[in-house]
Amino acid sequence: MYELLHDLLGDSLLVYVIGAALPLLFVLPFAVVAVLLEMKVSAHMQDRVAYMYTGWHGVLQPVADILKLLQKEDTVPAAADKFLFRLAPFLVFMGGYAGFAALPFSSAYIGSNIDLGVFYILAVSSLAVIGLMMAGWASNNKWSLFGAMRSVAQIISYEIPSALSILVAVMIVGSLNLQEVSKFQEGGIQNWIVFGGPMPLLQKLLLLPFTITAFFILFLAGIAEVNRTPFDLPEAESELVQGYNTEYSGMKFAIFYLAEFANMFLVSGIVVSLYLGGWTSPFGDVMSGPIWSFFWFVVKGMFFVFLQVWIRWTLPRLRVDQLMYTSWKVLTPFLFVCIFAVGLILVL
Amino acid sequence: MSEVRLYFNNIWMALSTAAIGMKTTIRHLFTPAVTIQYPDVKLKLPERARNRLYVNIDDCIGCDQCAMACPVDCIDIETIKGTPDQDLGVTSTGQKKRLHVPVFDIDIAKCCYCGLCVYPCPTECIMMTDVYEFSEFDRHNLNYHFSRMSPGEITVAKEKLRKADEEAAAKKAAAAAAAKPATPPPAAGTPPKQEGGAQEQAKPNNPS
Repeated sequence: MYELLHDLLGDSLLVYVIGAALPLLFVLPFAVVAVLLEMKVSAHMQDRVAYMYTGWHGVLQPVADILKLLQKEDTVPAAADKFLFRLAPFLVFMGGYAGFAALPFSSAYIGSNIDLGVFYILAVSSLAVIGLMMAGWASNNKWSLFGAMRSVAQIISYEIPSALSILVAVMIVGSLNLQEVSKFQEGGIQNWIVFGGPMPLLQKLLLLPFTITAFFILFLAGIAEVNRTPFDLPEAESELVQGYNTEYSGMKFAIFYLAEFANMFLVSGIVVSLYLGGWTSPFGDVMSGPIWSFFWFVVKGMFFVFLQVWIRWTLPRLRVDQLMYTSWKVLTPFLFVCIFAVGLILVL
Repeated sequence: MSEVRLYFNNIWMALSTAAIGMKTTIRHLFTPAVTIQYPDVKLKLPERARNRLYVNIDDCIGCDQCAMACPVDCIDIETIKGTPDQDLGVTSTGQKKRLHVPVFDIDIAKCCYCGLCVYPCPTECIMMTDVYEFSEFDRHNLNYHFSRMSPGEITVAKEKLRKADEEAAAKKAAAAAAAKPATPPPAAGTPPKQEGGAQEQAKPNNPS
């Protein structure tokens, strides 16, 4: 994409600005839709109806919420570290948003076609950790600090299973570039890496249990990384109030919210690109092409966003020790087995 | 159970119980919601629901029994005895009305919706309705005035009663003077006794 813009507009700053702003065109409407989806799904799962008065079945409620947040007073606590306090939400959002650069939205569009794609996403999303810690520390509030510490501890420990499960797919494909990972899986649903990838039948069957496990773990670790239920420990009303964003209000709070939803889609996008064929059509050559591929990517991504919402409104949360137990004693050993087995199968 | 079996059993339990939960929630996602969009749609209240009180003042005989039954004293009734020359009409149950009711106030803000005032009413003119939306910005607006007598009518009724009382007192005094001339006549123009008459009126209908 960057090359195309470069050819069109020449060597100017505009190229960078447009290139960087394009995913925003997706992320902002997505956040609005995701808020509505979250509320509607949670309501109907509890046999309620959620918003009904703003627009048809309340579809305009997220817009109204955003307008409300825009008008709200933006308070900064007197004892807060003002500079860091103001910087933190943007850093958190940036961590998530920067990941979108390496996400292949369609066969024709990827923000930045770099070879280190997944690795870059893993690296840059760690920036959010710094942002969270910054928010917790700069608020000068014990709840914020403890919430941020929990959040950071959780994200850092879950980065290991998520990196390892990404490694399983990367080993099969042999590339870190998500565009190439997606291209590798072209040719229909049977070529997706969850189902063993486009391998000879025997190898495929041997790979199948390990790829499914790795796919499942990647999704779980992803949920944990975006701090959603059942791993939403940083948000504990009884002990920590809202966690790291307790002191935030108005637009800064909205940015945190936006970052959460952007991360939700980022995680879904990574899972989809690595294991579910990315933008490839499940029917082989039918319904493929740049526009259809964008459609497939968004549909698959939204399905995983829905899955996250579904899980959130079903499961109770884990305790801190259970959280760490899951990460270190369950997910990580399973992934070691997966990596070892996949490596062995690929070599043989 | 050995450690290893416990470990795998835990993982299996976590996955299977999560699946059960998710099955339940997805089923509920497609069951119709139970929410009622209240101001637009209202639940039908039971037939004998106790909500706002209503008084059919045309049937009221001013017996004051409801006010006495009220545990929170939210009913305020004043009556003026009717004179024999006035016809106050009859209630829908055919009972003759003997008292004017210039004041019949129910402070619904105090009302506890017990319904105890409804049972003693001899003419069944005080009743509980199914109206429950009557919030006000000023609580004084919750003091409902059911009497329809105008200030003019009230003065006329009071005046008539006073005159009738005076005449009666004069007659009595005359009779007393005739029988025993030594005793002085009682003071004329005593204020009308209001509640005594009401209680006498109510007695024949009192079930106890």
